[in-house]
Amino acid sequence: MPNDGSTDSFLDGNAAAGALREVFAVDVTSAHGQCVGCGNTGPMADARLFADAPGLVLRCASCDAVLLRLVSGGGRRWLDVRGLAYLQFSDA
Amino acid sequence: MSWRVAVVAELRDETDTARTLALDVADWPGHDAGQHVDVRLTAPDGYTAVRPYSIASGPGQRRVELTVEVDPDGEVSPYLAREVTVGEQLEIRGPLGGWFVWRPAQAEPVQLIAGGSGLVPLMAMLRSRAAAQSSARFRLLYSVRAPEAMLYADDLLAGDAVDGVEVSIAYTRKAPAGWSDPVGRVDAARLAATTWAPAERPTTYLCGPTAFVETVADLLLAAGHDARRIRTERFG
Repeated sequence: MPNDGSTDSFLDGNAAAGALREVFAVDVTSAHGQCVGCGNTGPMADARLFADAPGLVLRCASCDAVLLRLVSGGGRRWLDVRGLAYLQFSDA
Repeated sequence: MSWRVAVVAELRDETDTARTLALDVADWPGHDAGQHVDVRLTAPDGYTAVRPYSIASGPGQRRVELTVEVDPDGEVSPYLAREVTVGEQLEIRGPLGGWFVWRPAQAEPVQLIAGGSGLVPLMAMLRSRAAAQSSARFRLLYSVRAPEAMLYADDLLAGDAVDGVEVSIAYTRKAPAGWSDPVGRVDAARLAATTWAPAERPTTYLCGPTAFVETVADLLLAAGHDARRIRTERFG
């Protein structure tokens, strides 16, 4: 379970579905992602969403490492996915 | 995915602090039970706030229904649950989220566990099951503060949506007169008495405040449930 240095309230990755659909053509929250930090694999919907930041941050549910950051501002969007080894999408 | 205009067609008070908004949405593509929409409010000065709200209505219903519980410190929910009027237009984006969903093709036993307004997406699942005449075996455990805080009380206590569903209510602070079950938070004993055993291999949908979801998920894992069959949705 989480090491939990972060006790701020968080949501599930589910709630990021709308913001991610502004960038992606398909639902990213039902894709499975692998954490670069610990190797845990699971649906992005189960990642921890911190939405109070100036953008949104998804953290690994196992090790709390940052998986994905999405920040908007000044007419641009920045997507940082260096915490993800891969995303696996179902064809369905 | 672009923003759509939703017209408030009907308002229904569920409790003192929760209200259902029934929305007419042109060309709504349909949704799966458990999905949500983002609602965007724009102030006269251009400031916008976007919040996700679970869809309460079943997939086949004509209107998209959201049930909003007031968060006194919130920017959006007090407006939606207290101020908005019939005929008003809102902006919504959706349906969203493909993970926390139940589809009628699923035949396995289903355990729904709700804390407070976490009942909303689970109600959509009950409505979807009833509309599809699914024979999937469902149980619902609903943890709620007091009788007057119960959402969809008429539906839950007698409605078609719970036909054939085992419904258990766990009152955490106050129960109706004559209630024989213990009053208090959901614990291991309550889960064992009211939910599917791990051997039934249920798919569990668990929704509620973050602390509730964390506590119940830990109890389910300790009881031997498979983490991969537990789907959670927390709200702040």
